[in-house]
Amino acid sequence: MTDGSQADTKPKAEENVPSFSIRRLQEKFPDAVMRWHRQWGDDTVVLKREATLDVCRFLRHDPDLLYDLFIDLTVVDYLPREPRFEIVVHLYSVAHKHRLRLKVLLEESDLVMDTLTGVWRGSDWFEREAWDMYGVVFRGHPNLKRILLYERFEGHPLRKDYPIDRRQPLIGPKN
Amino acid sequence: MAETEKDLHTDDMVLNLGPSHPMTHGTVRIIATLDGETIKHAEVEIGYLHRAFEKSCEHGTWQQAFPYTDRLNYNSAIINNVCYAMGVEKLLGVEVPERCKYIRTIASEISRIADHLTCIGPSSMEVGAFTTFLYFVEARELMWDLIESLCGARLTNNYVRIGGVKADLPEDFAARAKTQFIKTRQLIEDVDKLLTKNRIFIDRMRGTGVMTAENALAWSWTGPCLRSTGVDLDLRKDEPYLVYNEVDFDVPVGAYGDNFDRYLVRMEEMRQSIRIVEQLLEKIPEGPINLDDPRVRWPAKRLVYSKMEELIDHFKIIFEGVKPPPGEAYARVESPNGELGFYLVSDGTGKPVKVRCRPPCFAAMQALGPMIEGAMIADIVPSFGMINMIGGECDR
Repeated sequence: MTDGSQADTKPKAEENVPSFSIRRLQEKFPDAVMRWHRQWGDDTVVLKREATLDVCRFLRHDPDLLYDLFIDLTVVDYLPREPRFEIVVHLYSVAHKHRLRLKVLLEESDLVMDTLTGVWRGSDWFEREAWDMYGVVFRGHPNLKRILLYERFEGHPLRKDYPIDRRQPLIGPKN
Repeated sequence: MAETEKDLHTDDMVLNLGPSHPMTHGTVRIIATLDGETIKHAEVEIGYLHRAFEKSCEHGTWQQAFPYTDRLNYNSAIINNVCYAMGVEKLLGVEVPERCKYIRTIASEISRIADHLTCIGPSSMEVGAFTTFLYFVEARELMWDLIESLCGARLTNNYVRIGGVKADLPEDFAARAKTQFIKTRQLIEDVDKLLTKNRIFIDRMRGTGVMTAENALAWSWTGPCLRSTGVDLDLRKDEPYLVYNEVDFDVPVGAYGDNFDRYLVRMEEMRQSIRIVEQLLEKIPEGPINLDDPRVRWPAKRLVYSKMEELIDHFKIIFEGVKPPPGEAYARVESPNGELGFYLVSDGTGKPVKVRCRPPCFAAMQALGPMIEGAMIADIVPSFGMINMIGGECDR
């Protein structure tokens, strides 16, 4: 237990070998997979934005992958890096019991991506939250409005340039 | 006859339930469009308990996020603690000692029992069974008593630390747990006798809030709600973490995916959790409870006051925080409501870049509207109760 610090930070051998899901994606979509890594055993694939929807359909329906459970969608703001935003999606397959993390990089000036609600209905509220907190627009979402905050909230508070102590104007009832 | 029909109002009525309604436990608003007593459309509005969990975490050190995690699902705070700690430990690439894993598992299962009691108790009261509510509050008190002996608090239990737990089990813990479990078992059986064959209860629960397995998966359901539809997915079995692979327990699944099945699944899970804790207390090994790694360990107070190096260590770890190497990690546990996950991003400093909590009931709640469409207005209450939305976790 005590020999932690030196040995553990070295990447393990298996982290350099792509897993089955990553290989399958690379074969099927050689252009869409920009990068991949398996840090700490989490399979991660960085996708081209344009190909995301096709890749997701494939992941959902391919019998060898069958990622049928949408776990999570969130955004990370890497200010001041460009591209600034990363959409992070976590998937799970009930049948095969494997996991995959998808990432899509977005520029601040073009914060748009296709909605995944057509593939997994469960991404509905997660996408609304991403819009609410980061201002990411999901093209084709059936009901893209704020979810945790109120409609008249100004700005997107989880962005790194939103100060933690910023005040919002008081609002009253509409009528 | 024709004349009177013309005068009858046949407009839809919009009924606003909440945000502060006894049924909603926390704060949630359901805007139901009604045709008579049938729900034509239901819109669920959440966010009334939003308190910027992620933003607050990003402005503190890695350790300072622990108290915020308690207040996510406050019925089973220790499970949130455990999951967050597992995430940070994954980033650091360390593993906690064996005894610590046992203690974390024991504390998690006791929290799970308390959470299920808090779900079924009030939900049964809302459909008219007040006695069972009182019985389960009594049982929950027994569980809270055990948790209090671990961490000193009945609610907002903050017990887990990065690389370990706050303190070892008290000496008489096993004996106390044994007597508390005898009483708890008895109370669960009493409630079982009062509810499971109760005509009124069955009429309210059976066949209401029905969800098919296919739809439940599409809506990202996990946990007891998903298992009630017949999908056998329990991370404790499927991707064992801590010491769940060393204990013997069953995962109950439902057959119809209705509210009654969700009730039955939770009842059985409590019995299984008691089984797990009893087995663990039998074979818990001796040993250290905290990781002896200078990156996460706090120096002993006695040494901080007398030795320079320890004083510096202590200062740096408090003010600068634990510093995981740059990277990202996703840790997940089976929380009482389903898959609870923490997606953490570190840039190598003491402050997190991102602390994302994947709340299980947030995913479950998005299906509530479609689920109750076409149902009667009285079905909202048991359906909402059995999803077990926890405001603190859903709204963060």
